[in-house]
Amino acid sequence: MAGPEQAATHWQMSAAGLDDLITALIAESYRVIGPHVTQGAIGLFELASARDLPFGWGVELAPGAYRLRRRDDSAAFGHSAGPGSWKQFLHPPRQKLWEADRNRGSTGFAIEQDAGSPARLAFLGVRPCDLRAIQIQDKVLGEPAHPGSAYALRRSAIFIIAVNCTEPGETCFCSSMGTGPAAGPGYDLLLTELAGQPHSFIVEAGSPAGERLLPSLPLRPADPVRLQDAREAVSAAARNMGRSMDVTGIRELLAASQDAARWDEVAARCLTCGNCTMACPTCFCTTVEDSTDLAGDHAERWERWASCFDLDFSRLHGGPVRSTGRSRYRQWLTHKLGTWNDQFGESGCVGCGRCIVWCPVGIDLTEEVAAIRAEGGDTGPSAVAGAAGSL
Amino acid sequence: MTTAALEQHRLAAGLASDQLDRLAAIARPADWAPGQRVFDEGGQAARLWLITAGQIALDLKVPGRATVIVETLGPGDELGLSWLSPVPRWQFGAVAQRQTSAIEMDSGDLIRLCEQDHELGYLLTRRLLATAVSRLQAARIRILDLYASPRQLPGRTP
Amino acid sequence: MTTGYLPAPYVVRSRRQETHDTVTLTLSPAGDPLARFRPGQFTMMYAFGVGDIPVSISGSDGVALTQTVRAVGAVSAALVGAATGQPIGLRGPFGTCWSEADAQGQDLLVIAGGIGLAPLRAAVLSALAERDRYRRIVVLVGARSPAELVFAAELDQWRTRGADVSVSVDKAETGWEGHVGVVTQLLGPARIDAAHTLALICGPEVMMRITARALLAVGLAPERIRVSLERNMQCGIALCGHCQLGPLLMCRDGPVLGFSTAEPLLAIQEL
Repeated sequence: MAGPEQAATHWQMSAAGLDDLITALIAESYRVIGPHVTQGAIGLFELASARDLPFGWGVELAPGAYRLRRRDDSAAFGHSAGPGSWKQFLHPPRQKLWEADRNRGSTGFAIEQDAGSPARLAFLGVRPCDLRAIQIQDKVLGEPAHPGSAYALRRSAIFIIAVNCTEPGETCFCSSMGTGPAAGPGYDLLLTELAGQPHSFIVEAGSPAGERLLPSLPLRPADPVRLQDAREAVSAAARNMGRSMDVTGIRELLAASQDAARWDEVAARCLTCGNCTMACPTCFCTTVEDSTDLAGDHAERWERWASCFDLDFSRLHGGPVRSTGRSRYRQWLTHKLGTWNDQFGESGCVGCGRCIVWCPVGIDLTEEVAAIRAEGGDTGPSAVAGAAGSL
Repeated sequence: MTTAALEQHRLAAGLASDQLDRLAAIARPADWAPGQRVFDEGGQAARLWLITAGQIALDLKVPGRATVIVETLGPGDELGLSWLSPVPRWQFGAVAQRQTSAIEMDSGDLIRLCEQDHELGYLLTRRLLATAVSRLQAARIRILDLYASPRQLPGRTP
Repeated sequence: MTTGYLPAPYVVRSRRQETHDTVTLTLSPAGDPLARFRPGQFTMMYAFGVGDIPVSISGSDGVALTQTVRAVGAVSAALVGAATGQPIGLRGPFGTCWSEADAQGQDLLVIAGGIGLAPLRAAVLSALAERDRYRRIVVLVGARSPAELVFAAELDQWRTRGADVSVSVDKAETGWEGHVGVVTQLLGPARIDAAHTLALICGPEVMMRITARALLAVGLAPERIRVSLERNMQCGIALCGHCQLGPLLMCRDGPVLGFSTAEPLLAIQEL
């Protein structure tokens, strides 16, 4: 990355440089995906130019509430917790796994997979929480657990432009989860937005691919004062989180709280609609669907997003194992914050707050965890905490 | 009946030697050949047997279904608990399915013994109760029909 | 794509009707065979166009696999209806194994309920193949009725090869001269040496809980008891999230679990 002979690892460009960035990416055969205002929200769409970015748009966030608001500056990335996350591109809501056709050969049917190469996508505007979310999904769905999988192939064709957070939303708690507001490693380029006049960005490369793009951008070495402003803005963001969650011993706490009274309380509010699982950038569960054509000679296997809130999700011997809403909410929260550690070695939550915003009844998991903690964590068999599938 | 033979059976295991002597005094051996009936359903229930070898089937005559075996008992099991009921009649029939041996006692003698020696009576009652509880639990499990497939259970759509 | 994602082509070499709804299929590879399996593991069996389900492997001759399927839904019904020569797709073998060899030098106790005998058959055959290395091999089988006893024709062979096999049925039929009652009632006569026995249990979850408790009551330590649990399984390779049981993914961390691990999980309602 930065050698001693290189004068600066931090660069600066004006907001107009975003156009050059997008042009350069398109010239490298990337399709650029980034935030875009539509239908009253900021979602992730393909961008043709920097004009498609939501300059001057911010959001007001609360449990069960999301509203666009006009900012008093022209920040392009002054928003968070949109309804979509990058998982819709890396782990699409529907994908065909393979198809098969009956043949007269000895195998009876031949299976074919789509051999097309994955789309080269540039993710512009990845928040630190979302960057960690991508890495969390990598661990579940990608290499090294599943080399050569569809996810791994898609992931290999992604260019990430992360954006440090300087203005956390009211529902954000990335600090508590250790995922922000500064971006960790894993980006190709990192931007820090300075939205005041003049509107500019601090730019850093985080990989050889990122380094290769720098000459295409109108950069100059970052002004030390502006660089300091940027650093302070990120530090200040850490102190201005909308919410916090005490995650001390949370895996053991949840394992020991299977019978907590709080589950009944939240179950009375939870609709089991599954919005949280769709909005969450790390939720990965899928269901497999097999179908044939009318003649029965051509079969396809598709995979689609599933939610542990579905009654059918845990179906066994004709009925659901988790039939009550109580058990399904408990499953989701315990998995996200607790047993994900047992299964994948880290927490499944990045503190993005989407589940709080997009819950129609405004359930706030930071509040739920605090309530469970207050109950004392002694409400159920605590031996679950030690289980690791050993004989 | 020797106390040594009695002691092998869990109903009498670990009892004090004078208690064993009193039990042995009212006990005698019993044997049945394969197919020999021990008692009929509806008969006067007045005996307890401690099975030491072989196999006994408890059965019931069901019109249209011939004779149905509801449970089998083997070495270590007690046969004949219906005398404990207010109306002491055999609920089921019992037939030996193999060459079977048991220690036999009249329920009248046993009850008198227990009334004379309350401590022995308490111990025997506790042990017979444990047997009844165990069989009740097993019967309830069988009612669940756990090995049925979802398609065989009434009212479920698989 | 790597193994585990695409069904490998196999063909039904033979089928044996076990009961009115259960069939044992012997499957030969039409292409490359799957990796060698260990007793306790399962494959995802694919019926063309219908879907796939997890089915434990009940045996193998080294190349062909034997799998026993009970028709309870669309996929299993299609598999049970498969004719000789019909192609079936297999993915696997997946999951943890019984490790029955841990009982060498001691007694191996196998307790099966209903279709649970299928995954245990593989362990029994593996132990019988090295009979001298074990002290006693005791097999206790619970079945719904004599007509619904799987592998009925093989049990005498197991006895000949040195296993003590006892069967108990919930409901007797005319002509049945064996035990009638729950399978745990066979434990007493089996005269178990608790300190030197490894017990493997498979069957409906309630049956496994009750049987394990009965074993604890006669002095077996939880570390000496293994169970095979199941949950909704779709991918078989830890990608779809359906088979979670608390901290475990049953396709990867199970289905065979030590009872010390399983007991607290089974105690939680709707986990």
